Amino acid sequence: MAKELMIEKWSGYVNEISIGATKEEGGSRSNVIKIGGQKTLPFLFSEGAIPHKPVIAFEVWDTQPIDWPNELLMAYGETVKDPFDWAEKCVKDFSAAIVCIKLAGAHPDLGDKTADQEAKFIGQLLKKVDVPVIILGCGDDAKDNVVLPACCEAARGEKCLVGSAVQDNYKTLTAAALADGHNIIADSPIDINIAKQLNILISDMGMPLERIVINPTIGALGYGLEYAYSIMERARLAALSGDKTVASPFFCLVGQESWRAKEAKASITEFPSWGPESERGIMWEAITATALIQAGADILVMRHPKAIEKVNKYIEDLMDNR
Amino acid sequence: MFIIGELINGMYANIAKAIKEKNKSIVQKCALEQIKAGADALDVNCGPASKEPSSDIQWLIEAIQEVASVSLSLDSSKPKVIESGLKAVKNKVIINSTTADSDKLDILVPLAKKYNAKLIGLTISSKGIPQNKDQRLELAATIVASCLDNGFPVEELYLDPIVMPVNVAQAEMRDILESIREFRIISDPPPKSIVGLSNVSQGASARSLINRTFLVMAISFGLDAAILDPCDSELMDALISAELILNKQIYCDSYLDAYRKK
Repeated sequence: MAKELMIEKWSGYVNEISIGATKEEGGSRSNVIKIGGQKTLPFLFSEGAIPHKPVIAFEVWDTQPIDWPNELLMAYGETVKDPFDWAEKCVKDFSAAIVCIKLAGAHPDLGDKTADQEAKFIGQLLKKVDVPVIILGCGDDAKDNVVLPACCEAARGEKCLVGSAVQDNYKTLTAAALADGHNIIADSPIDINIAKQLNILISDMGMPLERIVINPTIGALGYGLEYAYSIMERARLAALSGDKTVASPFFCLVGQESWRAKEAKASITEFPSWGPESERGIMWEAITATALIQAGADILVMRHPKAIEKVNKYIEDLMDNR
Repeated sequence: MFIIGELINGMYANIAKAIKEKNKSIVQKCALEQIKAGADALDVNCGPASKEPSSDIQWLIEAIQEVASVSLSLDSSKPKVIESGLKAVKNKVIINSTTADSDKLDILVPLAKKYNAKLIGLTISSKGIPQNKDQRLELAATIVASCLDNGFPVEELYLDPIVMPVNVAQAEMRDILESIREFRIISDPPPKSIVGLSNVSQGASARSLINRTFLVMAISFGLDAAILDPCDSELMDALISAELILNKQIYCDSYLDAYRKK
């Protein structure tokens, strides 16, 4: 008897989100990144449509990073001293399809740049690079509430992805993103219940669910990766079963988490048996990313160009099975 | 839970009046209210006063379809009325209902197949209302067998155990609930289950409380669908909470709103 594959039928789908607007759409980007739209679990092409592949965004800071290990800094060389050069290098040398600008320099402890300075910076950056842009606040709620609305306005019409909204602080950013036509990132601390609640709160303000991306908060390999995986899987199963309040694409800060791991950055002199750190950190970041791709990650923000190259190859190989 | 709103029924004075005066707006308002309250489908029944049910059901369907595109459940004990209604329906449709009698099954199962409809099967026959679980399961098996013989997909069949009023048949309630669970083992893929909820409280005083308590219990026995009053918000809240407890929805503080946003 011929073997028959058990095919799952899903009634729901993940919302499709467009990041970036071309000239015709009122922006100035050369391309538009589309994510989401899946009607099945990752890479199960025989069960349903998977219209878009996961995308990797290069993480770029508005100020020279202070806690990045040498392996990472070396990959970008002198350009990390100038965010415009850094972003340009990502696009020109590493073919970045999208960049993620972290406004770390706005943090009171890291330069305390003003809203005006950051808005001006975003305006100039959008002239330097023409790929779609993700804008991340510095993480200080009070400061982000001043800086992010100014940056949203500076990027009006460019259909960026801006973040992050959190359960205790979502109204200011939602209003700004709504007014200036951007998509929004909703952060939840590895908590499916809060992820769902925040999506409802944001959509109650008039932001369509089709413009919200969930940042489920992830842990790197060895640091809670499987916990993040299970949360993402549960949300995705619910979305595919028809729960529209969790049917958002996933946004994962892979680079940030991976390079915090001791295993990624410790030197070979400290741990001779672990092998050279020149390879280890890249592998740590790449493995964390590939696992999250299997959990349903749609945008992965990564740091090391070599890790990004490896993961892009992995994505292409998987998509070839279509 | 698949929810069929029960309020468009000529048994109710407002709908009877609307049918008599051909006043579409009353029907349309009733349809939209039920959908807003969470109905996935709407039951359409001309009621006992209708003299021309075959044309009245078409008028009701057309009135609803002007404002809504949900599934409609064509509710009549007369196959001719259902067939007339099927001709007017544009969207996915539910035939409500067949009994386990061959004269009904022979007409309605092929019709359900032809119109790609869901079919509600009452576990009742011309011999009368079943008195216990075994009789319900036997009648259910007869309906399932007819579906299989006619090539109708059993997963589109909704078996109704016939919910009796609690003040009439208190001793049968447990059997009715257990029937819901055991319908599932009749075939693979299993048929689904449905109840006409309001009957459970017929003639009782605390109707809404009895309805929602029975519904929650039936959900815990695996109920797939119900014909009910979706505008009873306490009933809907109880339904949503029961599904939450059975892990059919992901919890969040606004889970009641979240369900209604679906």
